[in-house]
Amino acid sequence: MKKLIVAGVASLAILATPAVAGDVRFDGFPDLNSHLDKLIPSYSEKNPDTKVTYQMNNHGDHHKKLTTNLATGSGAGDVVAVDVGFIGSFINAGGFEDLSGADYGADALADSFVGYAWDQGKGADGKQYGIPIDIGPGVMYYRRDVLEAVGGDITAVIKDWDSYIEYGKKLKDKKVFLIADAADVAKTIVFTTVKPGEGYYFDAEGNSLITSERFVTAFSIAKQIRDEGLDGQIGAWTNEWYDGFKQGTVATQLSGAWLLGHLQNWMAPDTKGKWGASNLPNGIYGSWGGSFLAIPKQAKNKKEAWDFIKFLTTTSEAQISGLKTIGSFPVLKATYADSAFDEPIEFLAGQKARQLFAEVAQKVPAVAPKKGDLIAEDVVLNGALLEVLNDGKDIMAALKDAERLVKRRVK
Amino acid sequence: MSAIVESSTDSLSARGTVRRRAPDKRRVLKKRLMPWLFISPYLVLFIMFTAFPLGFSIFLSFHEWNPTSGLDGMNFVGLTHYADIITDPWLWKSLYNTVWLAIVAGVPQHLIAIPVAYLLVSVFKGALRHFYTATMFIPFITSTVAISLIFYTIYSGNSGILNQWLLALSDVPVIGALFAWVPDAMPIRWLSSSALIKPAIAFVVVWKYTGFNIVIYSAGFLTVSKDLYDAAEVDGCSAWQKFWHVALPMIRPFVFFALTLTIIGNLQLFEEPFVLTAGDSGGVAQSGLTASYYLYLAGWEWHQMGYATAVSWILFLFIAVITSVHFYFNGRKGMGGDR
Repeated sequence: MKKLIVAGVASLAILATPAVAGDVRFDGFPDLNSHLDKLIPSYSEKNPDTKVTYQMNNHGDHHKKLTTNLATGSGAGDVVAVDVGFIGSFINAGGFEDLSGADYGADALADSFVGYAWDQGKGADGKQYGIPIDIGPGVMYYRRDVLEAVGGDITAVIKDWDSYIEYGKKLKDKKVFLIADAADVAKTIVFTTVKPGEGYYFDAEGNSLITSERFVTAFSIAKQIRDEGLDGQIGAWTNEWYDGFKQGTVATQLSGAWLLGHLQNWMAPDTKGKWGASNLPNGIYGSWGGSFLAIPKQAKNKKEAWDFIKFLTTTSEAQISGLKTIGSFPVLKATYADSAFDEPIEFLAGQKARQLFAEVAQKVPAVAPKKGDLIAEDVVLNGALLEVLNDGKDIMAALKDAERLVKRRVK
Repeated sequence: MSAIVESSTDSLSARGTVRRRAPDKRRVLKKRLMPWLFISPYLVLFIMFTAFPLGFSIFLSFHEWNPTSGLDGMNFVGLTHYADIITDPWLWKSLYNTVWLAIVAGVPQHLIAIPVAYLLVSVFKGALRHFYTATMFIPFITSTVAISLIFYTIYSGNSGILNQWLLALSDVPVIGALFAWVPDAMPIRWLSSSALIKPAIAFVVVWKYTGFNIVIYSAGFLTVSKDLYDAAEVDGCSAWQKFWHVALPMIRPFVFFALTLTIIGNLQLFEEPFVLTAGDSGGVAQSGLTASYYLYLAGWEWHQMGYATAVSWILFLFIAVITSVHFYFNGRKGMGGDR
């Protein structure tokens, strides 16, 4: 039935969502259901008048359903989750409640949250539309055994991109890839070296930054890694990718802290103790992923919805529970003093990695999402970057072509 | 007696006319409405899911609309989208890919299916023929996404079975010489180099749909009367001549039908390229971007629904033109059949 609704039968969705006063329906994607299963009982105890239910669809379908709900003005839950990748497109379109408004007063909460995540939930008008619920501080996971085999030292490896590439050259003799996909390096540099006040692809006035130095550097370093044969040309979320982690044929992976949960639960559980986490190379700070909560304008029970959002995002109980149940990293700064952050993580050979994650989280610079980000990402990072890496297209030519495409698409 | 009869008939007729007139109207109305009622389930569904969306998409193609902004978010932009399409490099790339795939993934299906169907019909009888036909039909009824995911793994560069087989072949004596180039070329990136994506997609399409065409052609060959073969034999035809001069001309309507389905199906190709390029905006240099894939990107990934509907109308025109060309050249002979 859920599938049917998702399949675009918006009218059915309308019929299927009767609103009862005081009830809150949460629309999201897995693993948020495991998270809510733990929390709803405790919330209901404190708020016996509010009944919280949820409707989960897989990540892609959830965002398509939400798009249809907003388009037709009906069928959305009272609280909706939005992935950071979609947030720019959703919050500037006017379908969500302005949480800075008097009814909500979200601005007063700003200081409790990790700064960059809070800013990502802001619309172009500076008002708050999305409240971050979890974040993905960017780190580098590396194989300790591989590093030892070449007698390396992790701080030396991540000193800058040159030392990172040097490490790759040593690994090449041992038939180990430095990284699964060189494109990840380019994406990391593009996302983490944004100048203050700029967006990822556009500056504050909406001018394109695609041919700027940042992109050229990012593409050049990735190309160097590819041309020297240091990467496995392995796409993320494929069997080959998991295989590289299991066999230790890939030495590092730049990723959000959340990769840890996947690695230890299903990707490579047998490699326990062989992994470590470090800062990203070249002293940069960035983030991968993260989710936001918003209240659609069409929601029936906004007051209760806001109350539930505050419970999920501003209480240590909910935030720490998320960390423990589904490995989602807290966005609430007050939680970083919790004892859970001092726990050694066995999978990472006893490293107290959560402290590293928390430190990274607070140093990630804020980058405001822009309207054309989704298009620019497809054209520049899925399009131009692959042409440069796989087809040997000239970097500047590829970026100029991409810029022209983006300009005519985003007006 | 007569009076009684008269009065009774009078009263009967009087009552009768009164009675008859009212139900008459109702009955007529009923008669008129009944057919509509009977076809209403279809009609309601047709209006809801076909007619309305069709009309709405024409309307939408003249508007700029980010669906997340709700129905009030539409801005009339006139023909802007259509003007943009003319100079959109990705759209032209996607149309080129679509035609390329329609031909390369289309022609082999028929070149394989016709002889195989002929052999099935002429060599195998009864249950055995049904068994073989059914076997070859299985790819067609298997989920396209499942098939594409399996091929994704087969094509995988480092651990895919295709590359492993090629490597193994290069070690085999005698024929190994033919594959001597393989070890140097390894790993072959079937799905991540712009030159190989389209052939890789085409192969999956051929594999999936050939069985369907075999079924059509088998049915076709079965309709050819045995008398014709006998007559041909009496006239001294060889087995090849019987196929070429008797069987093939007789199944022309089937060829026409199968070709039409292939043309329309291949021009709408979506799942195979989408899964094989991992949904990454059409693969390297958009070499796997088909027209349907592009309108999905524009509408659902970029939230430019107005532009996407304009692209879909261009795709419709494109299919209409190609099928009418096909109908013009092959239609008369195909539909009429010289039988």
